[in-house]
Amino acid sequence: MIWTAVLLAALGCYLLKLGGLSVPPRVLERPVVERVADLIPVALLAALVAVQVVGRGHDLVLDARAAGLVVAVALLLLRAPFLLVVFGAALAAALLRLL
Amino acid sequence: MRDPDQLALTAQARSAIVRDSLAVGLATGTYGVSFGALSVAAGLSVGQTCALSLLMFTGASQFALIGVLAAGGAPLSGALTALLLGTRNTLYGLRLAPLLAWSGWRRAGAAHLLIDESTAMSVTRSSTAAARVGFLTTGLSIFVLWNLATFGGAVAGSAIGDPRTYGLDAAVGGAFLALLWPRLHDVRARIVAVSAAALALGLVPLSPAGVPVLAAGGIALLAGVLWRSGAAESRR
Repeated sequence: MIWTAVLLAALGCYLLKLGGLSVPPRVLERPVVERVADLIPVALLAALVAVQVVGRGHDLVLDARAAGLVVAVALLLLRAPFLLVVFGAALAAALLRLL
Repeated sequence: MRDPDQLALTAQARSAIVRDSLAVGLATGTYGVSFGALSVAAGLSVGQTCALSLLMFTGASQFALIGVLAAGGAPLSGALTALLLGTRNTLYGLRLAPLLAWSGWRRAGAAHLLIDESTAMSVTRSSTAAARVGFLTTGLSIFVLWNLATFGGAVAGSAIGDPRTYGLDAAVGGAFLALLWPRLHDVRARIVAVSAAALALGLVPLSPAGVPVLAAGGIALLAGVLWRSGAAESRR
């Protein structure tokens, strides 16, 4: 089942890329299409952050992951690179669980 | 429109583009390590993890798929979330098509390398030759490094035991936030982000895993359709 999802999503993502390179640029000139396309990653990533950090099954839980997110925000405000943000969030959560 | 082929690319300009593109490639490719480790922690095998980086090759979609699986979501809702995030590559393609001006098998090959970074390093060039150098150097260097780093992260990740001990579950949230951060440039994006997060959390107790994130995509649709004036015009 995971393999099916991996392969289908990979094929779909490739076709989305190829489709963009193949479609005449007129389509993009519709401002609604452009606005929605700009906002979809924002909405999905924000929802993923929320569910990943606070969700556990069907419950909402504040635990070490939230502390990790606070550290990630601080590092992003300091313009830290991607790897440092990810590592910092992990380290904060791991240290909190050791206490 | 521009007339790209009238501008020849000097050796100096070419090597400057190659240098900048390789720097971006190095910086981006290496964080495949975190993808590899997190993917294995989410329950995928090393083979599945490497297949994602080789075949899907678009970071946010890959993180989304493993994120939904890590939260206990159905594989197909993970796939759907990955596809929705992949729609932005279509947008990049629309912008780049007239500039790169490839057709046939070259276009089919280039499409695989069409991601955030290869777009960013080519979309601002003033000629087709310069855009192609930026696109290919960035895309190929990230492809090679991202896949090597994914494999390394997956093998290391599968050797270390319970991922929660190392805070890897918190690292996924950090990774998504770092991907989201540069997109929060205007008020509208911030409102959409907060609404989407709130809707998703509201749905967590009520719906199967994976659904809250997909439903949050509806916020983008709604905001994009309803929000005509103001913010959209100020960007032009």
